[in-house]
Amino acid sequence: MTFLIKGETETWEVVIGLEVHAQVISNAKLFSGAPTDFGADPNSQVSFVDAGMPGMLPVINEVAVEQAVRTGLGLKAQINKRSVFARKNYFYADLPQGYQISQFELPIVGEGTIVLDMPDGTSREVGIERLHLEQDAGKSIHDLHPSKTFIDLNRSGVALMEVVSKPDMRSPDEAGAYLRKLRSIMRYLGTCDGNMDEGSMRCDANVSVRPVGATELRTRCEVKNVNSVRFVMQAIEHEARRHVDIYESGGEIHQETRQYDPNKGETRQMRSKEFAHDYRYFPDPDLLPLVFDDEYIAKIKATLPELPDEKKERFMADYGLTAYDAGVLVVEKETSAYYEDVAKGRDPKAAANWVITNLFGALNKQGISITNSPVSANNLGKLIDLITDDTISGRIAKDVFEVMVDEGKDPETIVEEKGLKQITDTGPIEAAIEQVMADNPGKVEEYRGGKDKLIGWFVGQVMKQTGGKANPGMLNELLRKKLAP
Amino acid sequence: MSLDDATVRKIATLARIDVADADLAPLAKELSGIMSWIEQLQEVDTDSVEPMSGGTDMTLGWRKDAVSDGGHADKVLANAPESHEGFFGVPKVIE
Repeated sequence: MTFLIKGETETWEVVIGLEVHAQVISNAKLFSGAPTDFGADPNSQVSFVDAGMPGMLPVINEVAVEQAVRTGLGLKAQINKRSVFARKNYFYADLPQGYQISQFELPIVGEGTIVLDMPDGTSREVGIERLHLEQDAGKSIHDLHPSKTFIDLNRSGVALMEVVSKPDMRSPDEAGAYLRKLRSIMRYLGTCDGNMDEGSMRCDANVSVRPVGATELRTRCEVKNVNSVRFVMQAIEHEARRHVDIYESGGEIHQETRQYDPNKGETRQMRSKEFAHDYRYFPDPDLLPLVFDDEYIAKIKATLPELPDEKKERFMADYGLTAYDAGVLVVEKETSAYYEDVAKGRDPKAAANWVITNLFGALNKQGISITNSPVSANNLGKLIDLITDDTISGRIAKDVFEVMVDEGKDPETIVEEKGLKQITDTGPIEAAIEQVMADNPGKVEEYRGGKDKLIGWFVGQVMKQTGGKANPGMLNELLRKKLAP
Repeated sequence: MSLDDATVRKIATLARIDVADADLAPLAKELSGIMSWIEQLQEVDTDSVEPMSGGTDMTLGWRKDAVSDGGHADKVLANAPESHEGFFGVPKVIE
């Protein structure tokens, strides 16, 4: 899955590091008691701390701390028992304090690892550099007034985890796999809902290129705030090609912040905020160091659920699934739970096929999630049982499934109502075969004359004659006997 | 270490403080004085001392994750020079 850009003079590889801002799931904000719900009336969820009023003091939310530690454990990362909050100073209308409370030198979580599941079933590791806690800023709205920007501080002060990867990714596909995996882990842990379209997970991509074989890192550009996995992948590809074009025409890349325009398919420089990168970090004098002990970490560790990597291993070992199938089934914990309900006491591979091919296909077509599936795990299981005990054929089962999707009924009722029970009596099958043979004496002649391939045609005709209900095994056997010269 | 006028101008800009040209030179002198105090402090050997972010031995107090605030947009906006439909209104910031 190597991704290389062929230029005029060289072949280039792309080097990618991602910074993800993940909104912590908590009732109240990081340093105030104001609520965090999405979509409330403007400035209705703002305390004086969040509004940067003079004299207000931040007090840390214990759940935000716990969620950061949980996420760190999920990323197999080092947890720092002592961390320090710092002020990141910059001037912007939606940052009333004039600084963001963040962590700089001593973050709460240090180095960790994420395993990427690539579409071809292989996996590879990407390093996590750090995870730190910080405040979100407010929201600027530019299109409600001709000459004003409107500011809503509801988001101001909401707890974010900034997860910084090492520059370990080499293709847009890997960046996409990284984001999906990180989102999956956080959803399993219940630490971030991962909704990129609501902005509760946002991504900045650091992109540079270098000739294949080179080991040095070249100047990178940061593409800011891309709001879907697909757009992140597109933005990286466009940005990498831009670098190649500039290098190959003899130019140089300057470190800068860029914005991706998905409509035009290009990145462009953001109007540079004056001194934007002169953040003058220093330890926040309003906040003492954040300290906890091993016992605290162990308590959180004891409550971790089975995570996607372990679940994938188990699905491969216990159910004999391929890496690809197991990887697909464990992305969402709701999907894996559904699958396990279907697979319970049944052929696990058949269950995987039905869930991945048929169910996912139907859900995608209607754009609904598995939790709202019209076909319950119980009913899909019963459908597989009907195939196993020869009540219906696999082909009829697909038709029954369609009806289950449309009407939400259980498969037994559908089979009963529509008279789809498989014919396993030899009598009616033989009668159908005889009918087809009587109607097509020419074909019978040809077959007997050595045209073996006609057997398929006969199977089709007899199936049609029985409304698709003949047991395929019996049909084949009886047909060969009758056609034999 | 002594700061030149340009550096003082940059610091003032970062801090959003409007400093008149005539005040630059005196400010540079004052700030340079502070810097030389710091230089003097750097003579102390601190190699065996962990960096501190505060002067006490205390650590952070934690708060329960309970909603205890919000619901008073009127008060939040009370001192705003301009507000529209529940929002703060500021000069157009276009990125």
